[in-house]
Amino acid sequence: MAGKIRVLVAKPGLDGHDRGARVIARGLRDAGMEVVYTGLHQTPEQVVEAAIQEDVDVVGLSILSGAHMTLFPKVCELLRENDAEDIKVIGGGTIPEEDVEELLKNGWAAQIFTPGTPIEKIVEWINNNV
Amino acid sequence: MSSDKLNEIRQGKEKWLEKRSQMKDRNVKFETVSSLPVKDLYTPEDVSDLDYMRDLGYPGEYPYTRGVQSNMYRGRLWTMRQFAGFGTAKESNQRYKFLLSRGQTGLSVAFDMPTIMGYDSDHPRSLGEVGRVGVAIDSLADMETLFDGIPLDQVSTSMTTNAPASILWCMYIATGEKQGVPSEKLRGTIQNDILKEYIAQKSWIFPPEPSMRLITDIFKYAKDHVPKWNTVSISGYHIREAGSTAVQELAFTLADGFAYVEAGIEAGLDVDDFAPRLSFFFNSHIDFFEEIAKYRAARRIWARRMKEKYGAKNPKSLLCRFHTQTAGCSLTAQQPENNIVRTAFEALAAVLGGTQSLHTNSMDEVLALPTEKAVQIALRTQQLIAYETGVPNVIDPLAGSYYVEALTDKMEEEAEKYFEEIERRGGVLAAIDQNYFQQEIADAAYRYQTEVDKKEKIVVGVNEFVHDDEELDIELLKIDPELERAQVEHLKKLRQERDNNRVNDTLDALKKAAAGPDNLIPYILECVRSYATQGEIVDTMREVFGEYKERPTF
Repeated sequence: MAGKIRVLVAKPGLDGHDRGARVIARGLRDAGMEVVYTGLHQTPEQVVEAAIQEDVDVVGLSILSGAHMTLFPKVCELLRENDAEDIKVIGGGTIPEEDVEELLKNGWAAQIFTPGTPIEKIVEWINNNV
Repeated sequence: MSSDKLNEIRQGKEKWLEKRSQMKDRNVKFETVSSLPVKDLYTPEDVSDLDYMRDLGYPGEYPYTRGVQSNMYRGRLWTMRQFAGFGTAKESNQRYKFLLSRGQTGLSVAFDMPTIMGYDSDHPRSLGEVGRVGVAIDSLADMETLFDGIPLDQVSTSMTTNAPASILWCMYIATGEKQGVPSEKLRGTIQNDILKEYIAQKSWIFPPEPSMRLITDIFKYAKDHVPKWNTVSISGYHIREAGSTAVQELAFTLADGFAYVEAGIEAGLDVDDFAPRLSFFFNSHIDFFEEIAKYRAARRIWARRMKEKYGAKNPKSLLCRFHTQTAGCSLTAQQPENNIVRTAFEALAAVLGGTQSLHTNSMDEVLALPTEKAVQIALRTQQLIAYETGVPNVIDPLAGSYYVEALTDKMEEEAEKYFEEIERRGGVLAAIDQNYFQQEIADAAYRYQTEVDKKEKIVVGVNEFVHDDEELDIELLKIDPELERAQVEHLKKLRQERDNNRVNDTLDALKKAAAGPDNLIPYILECVRSYATQGEIVDTMREVFGEYKERPTF
């Protein structure tokens, strides 16, 4: 058995809605994962740099600014450029169903958890997919 | 109440308890949405200390528990003010005209994230965010378009801007000049509440000290030139949305208010010179009575402190006038039509609590910006309360309810404990620096989520009353990505066509002034008049003031 699963919870974009990100970060930590939280207003470059530096298994993006169709692809592209596409990108926030499908279909996110998802479900997904 | 009567009530209670204790209750926690335990029954015993004239008084009279006006909604209903803005100034201008044509009585501008954070639409950090959650405003030219055909002496406008509030306010003043409306006639509000940005909403730019200076500069300028303007809307809304309890919302918001009062006094102003223009902005969450008690306690605490601690003489300085928005965080992405009903309960609580203006959320706001249809239902919800329910006919109709009065007292008592703790930590700015508020709120948010996950709190359509074949059956507003490109083009053209020498001169003058003691508002106004962009003005001040950095915790 390898060590603990490592997760970077990141807040890209300009908005300051960090309630969800912080709740998830704490929930994942309480579920036994190693969690790093980036803080607010991160650029995709900063997120990817932190993910690589912290050697995480999963990056969780929390986006409530409507910029998800720009930010998810950008993070994935930068991970690929840095040979780090094995890091799973998941996310949550104010993301309409239609956009969720588009993100999953294009491989810009491995899973999206929309509002109302119990933390347990996210823990389960990470445990099954890492 | 006489002690005989009270004894009689106590004896009656013992009798009732004998029967009552044999009844089996449902196996749930009986507490408010903020996890405040509540009793099953309130009686005169719970309010035996209540002194009517001391604690409640008459509406429009100290301590204003029953309302800030003597005739409340019999005189004027609350202002129905829907927060709106998206895309470019042109689209938003059309939405405002739509809302005004449907009977809305005030405007409330939502800016997009780049505008809120002080970046121009063509800044790399703005990519994908232009016009998404509000309207993109880069310069005076956009502000002119935003209010095209809307005479600024006939509407009151609320603008949700904080870190760069001084700049957008100057753009509004300059738009008034272009329309021939002198600044003395402008009515409205800028949120301009930087303290709650550090605490909860997290849209900051500069460090606290220069940010507070900009705010006191606004106080001074408004006093002489824009006397009808509400210079700060001290906001609990975002504190609550970030996950706080009702008591935390109440206490942290009022504590911020006291900090602005102290800053104004320290800047050499008389408290009565600026306090009458301070206003508040609260959340209305789903726990009906807790919210009503919160508003009543807010008015009483504010009035008492302003009078007793800060020595305010002008009765207007004692008034906790507030705007309310129903709780976005109480809405659910699942079964979104249910949100119409949630919002109606919350709006009713705000009206029973004596709000001065109200925004009702649209059912689709968990998913996207609202469609016209959703906004219309939200506005109609307010009109139903105003014109059909009969609720506004009677002032503070829940006063005297044993429960509501006991809960109002409890709110005040708990808030006082927080004030003591904040004081002990060295004041609001020190407590922010210690991450105190941020951690208190995060703890409450996590506790709530855990309770929902464990089904200790039921959210209809989310963790109960869910069925498998649910499909979303409402239309969502889409923001055309083309709007971002159009806004960037528009901005490029502006940069080519304006007098760039004048722009540079006004920015240089601002930079020099920022390093000295002068009031910055006249300098910012000059920059704005020269069509300098918001991003350019922010960058100029950032060079002098630096930038705020958070210490991220969870």
